[in-house]
Amino acid sequence: MEAPLTSAPSSPRGKIVAQAEELYRDLSFGAVRRWKAAEPGRKALGYLPVYAPLELIRAAGMLPVGIVGGGDMEVVRGDACYQSYICRIPRSTIELGLNGALDCLDGMLFPSTCDVIRNLSGMWRMMFEGRYVRYLDLPQNFDPAVGGVFFAHELRALAKDLESLGGRPVTDAALREAIAVYNENRAAIRELYDVRAREPWRVPASELYLVMRAGNVLPAEEHTELVRAYLAAARAEDRRLQDTARVVIRGCFCEQPPVDLLRTLERSGCSVVDDDWLLALRWFDADVPTEGDPLDQLVRAFLSRSPACPSLYLRQGKKGDALLERVRETAAEGVVFAAPSFCDPALLEQPMLLNAVKAQKVPCTAFQFAENTGQFQVIREQAGAFADSIRLA
Amino acid sequence: MTVAAAKDRSQDRQKEMIARHFSRLARSEETGEKNVYTFVPGNLTELLLAFDLLPVLPEINALQAGMRKISGDQVTKAEKLGHSEDVCAYVKASIGALHSGNLGPTGERLPKPDLLLLSYTGCFTFLKWFELYREETGAPVTMLHVPYQADGCYTKEMVQYVVKQLKEVVIPDLERVSGRKYDEDKLREHLKLSAAAEDDLVRVLESAKHRPSPIDGYFGAVYYVGPIFSSFRGTSDAVLYYRELWEEVRERMARGEGPMTPDGPMGPERFRLVVEGPPNWTHFREFWRMFHSEGAVVVASTYSKVGGTYDFGFRHDPDRPLESLAEYCLGCYTNLDLPSRVKMLSGYVRDYGADGFLINSIKSCDSFSAGQLVIMRAVEKETGVPGGFFESDLVDPRYFSAANIKNRIESYLQMLDQRRSGAGRREGALS
Repeated sequence: MEAPLTSAPSSPRGKIVAQAEELYRDLSFGAVRRWKAAEPGRKALGYLPVYAPLELIRAAGMLPVGIVGGGDMEVVRGDACYQSYICRIPRSTIELGLNGALDCLDGMLFPSTCDVIRNLSGMWRMMFEGRYVRYLDLPQNFDPAVGGVFFAHELRALAKDLESLGGRPVTDAALREAIAVYNENRAAIRELYDVRAREPWRVPASELYLVMRAGNVLPAEEHTELVRAYLAAARAEDRRLQDTARVVIRGCFCEQPPVDLLRTLERSGCSVVDDDWLLALRWFDADVPTEGDPLDQLVRAFLSRSPACPSLYLRQGKKGDALLERVRETAAEGVVFAAPSFCDPALLEQPMLLNAVKAQKVPCTAFQFAENTGQFQVIREQAGAFADSIRLA
Repeated sequence: MTVAAAKDRSQDRQKEMIARHFSRLARSEETGEKNVYTFVPGNLTELLLAFDLLPVLPEINALQAGMRKISGDQVTKAEKLGHSEDVCAYVKASIGALHSGNLGPTGERLPKPDLLLLSYTGCFTFLKWFELYREETGAPVTMLHVPYQADGCYTKEMVQYVVKQLKEVVIPDLERVSGRKYDEDKLREHLKLSAAAEDDLVRVLESAKHRPSPIDGYFGAVYYVGPIFSSFRGTSDAVLYYRELWEEVRERMARGEGPMTPDGPMGPERFRLVVEGPPNWTHFREFWRMFHSEGAVVVASTYSKVGGTYDFGFRHDPDRPLESLAEYCLGCYTNLDLPSRVKMLSGYVRDYGADGFLINSIKSCDSFSAGQLVIMRAVEKETGVPGGFFESDLVDPRYFSAANIKNRIESYLQMLDQRRSGAGRREGALS
């Protein structure tokens, strides 16, 4: 069954999606270059998945830029840095560094996502001498008096670095303003996700993904405008309900699925009603308070409002609880496990999630991908059979 | 010479220590002794001993399964249960073992974990491993997050963070499981014993600076570090073992002997090598033979530092018990950033007079392997010594291609030989 997946290019929605897709395809980060060029002295800081304190970066006067690999770009020198059994995202990220695409960045932030991203921080230091590199250790102890104190110190050290990198002093006022701006941004994203969960035929996964991806390179308020404009256009356009299977997708929290893979899922009869891509843009599920010590508020939000993510230790409850909750909240009919090849956190997590999902008799299917996967026929057949099995059940 | 004939007193002692430990574990359900499963890097053996808890190290059990040629079936079993071919084979072997009666290296049954001490040091997979174990066994987890030395050093805040976790999370959990109160004096006694054993371990490892080296600092060293990396650090058994081992090594050194191998004493030392990365366990002897049959001795390795970088001066300190444990965890090899690893390897090449260095890149281990090609180029640049690179796996026998690896090692050694004779000719021409 073919569902109409793309908006007419001339429609308001089509124009927004085209703009977002242009940003997605621009591996020279033109948007970041334009932002910097608009005002002398502006700085930008790249960050890898899964989490970055965007508010802090903004408060230092810098543009946080999400780096999630190079998609299907040709990778040569990046491949020369890795064995065959390492995932793809660090290879293409190095390629982007070596081909000059990331020259617009004044530094790179590597959060503690996995061993590969961790070690990439050291490689970056060795390969790009003189550039600012920081590894951000995320606490795995969630007690404010223990992990909170440690994380606050990490953030203060980062703030100090960013100040001396040529941003501006990270004042409490600037941090509060940044928190408010990102609260707005996350509220718009939450609305987008809510609408998609209720009426997925209005917000195809591929479009949602592209609109979200724009948040990697745009200042937060511009991204908020884009999201809201897309939502308004999506609501205004008359789209018919589709007879599809509502699925939650998991496994893409770091290396990103090609947008054509998402289109393939949709063409196969799956409507994605929830996902785990680009988590850094929607890390907190509620507003971060703007009163009190703003850095402390960021720390507390991280400790208590972080999403279930394979990179974080699950201290309470059972694996799969959060996924099943999302399945219920979004009235999903199935789960698609799509993990990047050689992604240890996702693939080690998967058996636990599979068990939880199967125990509740939620249909599921699993496949692997890489950011440069270009052949979708097998996935199309698998996803099609999966969607049929749900619809015909 | 047979292996049995070549055995030293220390080997017998180690064997007896291991047998006794696993026998205690096997009987623990009757005796009421409690156990704690944990990991080698960042292990807190002295602290466990202070509570009379028995350590169990799934990594060691997995590698032993590899050496006993049973890990292949365990890995396959885990894959049938839904674990990906792409992920760490230690994890899969241990999951497979749980589903096959959970037998230890001596063939005796291991008890179910009473507690999973997730000392999260230098390896993200540890996190998933014990989350999986929690699901499989229902045992509680106590998490100790050890920050990464991303800037080549640790800060006082990192030490404080680890100490705070020890005080507020780990120790209360150990008290609950053991039913005993924390006794810091008892911990100090164990730490004192640790430091004594660590002194002798370093003497043993550094004996490889001698020519010929009396030990193999990689294949041989995995036996030497066994007690101190596992359940025996902080015991008088370990002190005796390392004293005895050091005496044996010193005697060999005085006699001008090279390392003892499973096939007997090694022949004349022709190549001195440094190795980065863990060994393959499923074909361990065959792998070692590829080196010693060519007269190649490994004089230093980074793998023998995953359980502690004692040769860089760290000692457990009874006067600062918890701080010292924290610093120990922070300093394990896999918790070091890449520039520090390059510095360490380059230092080994220079200090041990190595002719070359090799990287055994392990498919299972992203913590070690991601970045090794960049490390290789940096060490080459730093030392002027050419590096060699080959791939295998820890305990998944499907990833050990003997002919390919042998070919690589032989070619590499031939290259070193030609380089040496070429240098000799050049020197001759200049003289």
